[in-house]
Amino acid sequence: MSVVTSGRYTFPNYTLVFFIFLQLGLHSVEGVWPLPQSITSSPERYPLNPQAFYFTYGSQSAAQEGCSVLDEAFKRYFSLVFPDYSSGYGFLRFSVDKPFTVQVSVGRDDCDSYPDEDSSEQYTLSVSAGQASLKAKTVWGALRGLETFSQLVYQEDFGSYYVNKTEIEDFPRFQFRGILLDTSRHYLPLQAILKTLDAMAFSKFNVFHWHIVDDPSFPYQSRTFPDLSAKGAFHPMTHIYTQSDVRRVISFARMRGIRVLPEFDSPGHTQSWGKGQSDLLTPCYSGSSPSGTFGPVNPILPSTYKFMATLFKEVSSVFPDSYIHLGGDEVNFSCWKSNPDVRAFMMKMGFGADFTKLEAYYMENIVNITVALNRTSIVWQDVFDYHERIPKDTVLHIWKGLPASYAAELSAITKAGHRVLLAAPWYINHISYGQDWRNYYTVQPLNFSGTEEQKKLVIGGEVCMWGEYVDATNLTPRLWPRASAAAERLWSNEKQTSDVDKAFPRLQDFRCKLLRRGIQAEPLFVGHCKHEYQGV
Amino acid sequence: MLLFGLFAEPVFEASKHGSLWPLPQKVQISEVSLKLTSSSFRIVDAKASSAGPSCSLLQSAYRRYYEYMFGSAKKQWWSKNNRRSDPSDLSELQVWITSPDSECDGYPSVTSDESCEYLPFLVHVMFNGGVQSGLETFSQLVFEDEYGAKSINATIINDFPRFQHRGILLDSSRHFLPIKVILANLETMAMNKFNVFHWHIVDDQSFPYLSRTFPQLSEQGAYHPYTHVYTPADVKMVIEFARLRGIRVIPEFDTPGHTQSWGKGQKDLLTPCYSGSKPSGSFGPVNPILNTTYDFMAQFFTEISTVFPDGYVHLGGDEVDFTCWKSNPDIQKFMQQQHFGDDYRKLESFYIQKLLDIVTSTKKGYLIWQEVFDNGVKLKPDTVVHVWIGGGSDKEMSNVTAAGYTTILSAPWYLDYISYGQDWQKYYKVEPLNFEGTDEQKKLVIGGEACLWGEYVDATNLTPRLWPRASAVAERLWSAKSVTDIGDAFNRLSLHRCRMVE
Repeated sequence: MSVVTSGRYTFPNYTLVFFIFLQLGLHSVEGVWPLPQSITSSPERYPLNPQAFYFTYGSQSAAQEGCSVLDEAFKRYFSLVFPDYSSGYGFLRFSVDKPFTVQVSVGRDDCDSYPDEDSSEQYTLSVSAGQASLKAKTVWGALRGLETFSQLVYQEDFGSYYVNKTEIEDFPRFQFRGILLDTSRHYLPLQAILKTLDAMAFSKFNVFHWHIVDDPSFPYQSRTFPDLSAKGAFHPMTHIYTQSDVRRVISFARMRGIRVLPEFDSPGHTQSWGKGQSDLLTPCYSGSSPSGTFGPVNPILPSTYKFMATLFKEVSSVFPDSYIHLGGDEVNFSCWKSNPDVRAFMMKMGFGADFTKLEAYYMENIVNITVALNRTSIVWQDVFDYHERIPKDTVLHIWKGLPASYAAELSAITKAGHRVLLAAPWYINHISYGQDWRNYYTVQPLNFSGTEEQKKLVIGGEVCMWGEYVDATNLTPRLWPRASAAAERLWSNEKQTSDVDKAFPRLQDFRCKLLRRGIQAEPLFVGHCKHEYQGV
Repeated sequence: MLLFGLFAEPVFEASKHGSLWPLPQKVQISEVSLKLTSSSFRIVDAKASSAGPSCSLLQSAYRRYYEYMFGSAKKQWWSKNNRRSDPSDLSELQVWITSPDSECDGYPSVTSDESCEYLPFLVHVMFNGGVQSGLETFSQLVFEDEYGAKSINATIINDFPRFQHRGILLDSSRHFLPIKVILANLETMAMNKFNVFHWHIVDDQSFPYLSRTFPQLSEQGAYHPYTHVYTPADVKMVIEFARLRGIRVIPEFDTPGHTQSWGKGQKDLLTPCYSGSKPSGSFGPVNPILNTTYDFMAQFFTEISTVFPDGYVHLGGDEVDFTCWKSNPDIQKFMQQQHFGDDYRKLESFYIQKLLDIVTSTKKGYLIWQEVFDNGVKLKPDTVVHVWIGGGSDKEMSNVTAAGYTTILSAPWYLDYISYGQDWQKYYKVEPLNFEGTDEQKKLVIGGEACLWGEYVDATNLTPRLWPRASAVAERLWSAKSVTDIGDAFNRLSLHRCRMVE
């Protein structure tokens, strides 16, 4: 790849320069993770003094002081750039350092909006004597640039801070770079979610896929159907997300340029829904009488669709993102099969004994509900596998199988013209001994047979942390820095980052940075960080 | 029956033994429920007990468990005199040490009796070694109703451990573990009735032990000479914290392999490797042919014997790589002089035997990894052989005990090896005596250890990686052989885990 075109900007190939940087630069400048598309840096370095360091808006910038996203980010990144600095104690200044200013300019005043699927995250960063200039089209791009800048700053043994002369042009390879957290198998306290969002921003992830409810529990407190969590959560008071909790997550995420994508998975994975909403689930039969257990959502009742329409109307008003994840995976047909009313309905509809048709019928109705709400649906790949008549703009989410099988699925789905999201290689709840981050790093998302047009339909990837064995006690060390390996795959140029051994020391450095920032990231291998994790 | 009713695990059902973990040898829980009120409940010495208020070990255990059951005193002030005690209250737990010597100021040892008998209102323990487990069991019987009131069912328990040595190995060399993490782990060990902390304190990667005799070992060999070391005060704190919980601290100073970090601070200790006829600049295991090596070891282990009060030291002896020895011309010459031929195991034996003599002279017993036995080193009869190699560990247990040595088992309990899912079941299903041998041989198995090697573990992930997986090992080593119901174990362990999380 020699030229990458992104919008109206064109970026030349900096591969050669990049390798020079890698060989010469690492001792003086610690790397940036994920690796920028192009970076050149020189040994010339500038001292930074926390008392003479400023973030400012460029005079041409469309956003100026008062821009909530950037004002907050300046505060946040000041402490990330100077982790030792506490304003309570005045430094003894032996010399008056020249001030250093990071001047931020954005092309659009989108300070009060939410990041979305089209948001540009492109930025350029130029660090020279006394100042750094950060230019981006959007505030979201500026956030990515601030993160990069914070990673360029390093501290010498005696505590002084430095940054080297550097030129960076950067943009993400994929638009959708997500992390899935599952708050149904185990409840995750709000703090654990916010901490994860913080860490996501450090790795430039931009979508929090909130698998908020599932079979085991329903912690989302619905305004319209409060019984769902009152009866379906692990505990109706302590193990729920209130409306204000959800708002807090969304606004915390927005400040970091992260979209919040809610998933309300149906018709399977809904056992907990049934507790607070009678007649929603299919009664299973044993012989000719109901067995007392329930199956997937009952697809034959009009009341079901009325309920879903009301619920998704609420969801679309609570979650501002233009995408909603509808699930649709792993539907077990045995309960439907056992139910005489369902069988009668199958006859009436002419579905025969093919229950995938019933499932398709259900999903079609649900997708139409979200279409009417002006939302784009994401569904798990299962929906495509049994049903190809879904609206073209529905995004398919690939989660099954080994490289050979997900590559085939990528081919098939993009051939049918659907956009696709890849999660299969990044199920990081599956743990194993050793450095499994290498597997996540060496994934080649576009290595499937298909045309250039097809490849463009791959909008990105997602790291999934399913919750069967994960709760607040082990979430952070299990997620980080393993997820960061995927982050670089989704952000950086694949050719520049194909060598996993070269990535290793950079990722080790980055992991130490995470520790310094209070993220309990686990070690990659033996060794130590200057500032170890101090919690218990 | 104790119903916590807090966590709706998919397959969870309450066990008739509530949340007891590890399961006591004999337990009868009655339906009679007694209330416990923080304002009136006391843990006291029984009149006939051989230990009194001057036994600080007991007093601090009482306070710890009182706070553990009721929260700290500060949180409780408002409830004072809130309600009067009535006859259905349990107002007192009496602790009766029946042995004439209460061992209050001593250290738990390999012979400490941890048995304990528990009747309603009375914990009756033989030695103070049993106090820890007795109080732990009592606290596990206490349950809270929906309104936060504490109750306990009248219960009779007679308990003692199946195995004497129930250990956890932590590795502070691959990654430095802050003292806080080690102490927190000791606390959790006590909740699981583990009684040995095997401190694999140094290894190739770093030497965090600050030696008074050879301070340069950690100055040069630790990851950082100030922030990544254990000072004498730190070590003392660990030992005392462990003692108060009935836990022995056995340090491991592994030689002659696994010693790269030693070489940085102690010149000429390691063997210079050769490439052709010249030293290559790299170093191998401890140099076994120099007298200075043994002088060093004598001084070093004299220090260790005074710093660590336990009767045993772990001397390692595993995974010695012979290639460096082979490359060194001086060693080759020495081999000839000693008529060792090409058998470098003989050189290893030579080293180990001298080391064992040194350690014996410091009046310590020792544990060694199985290779030392496998390589035919002459051992003292009371040597403890530590079996760790995964394949064929049953055969190894057979061989070691047939040779008359005491042994502990770790092979099936390498907890650093992780996998997806409920691997605790695998650890739980191990039967340590499931090897061919006579009853006499089986008696030589004094216990086992769960090992958490540190390649991929540091303060960030140690606790969730170790617990509750190590709890499975705890029950296997404490409870009767017949306790094998995995479903019942799941139900109790789920609750025990919630208790540990609190």
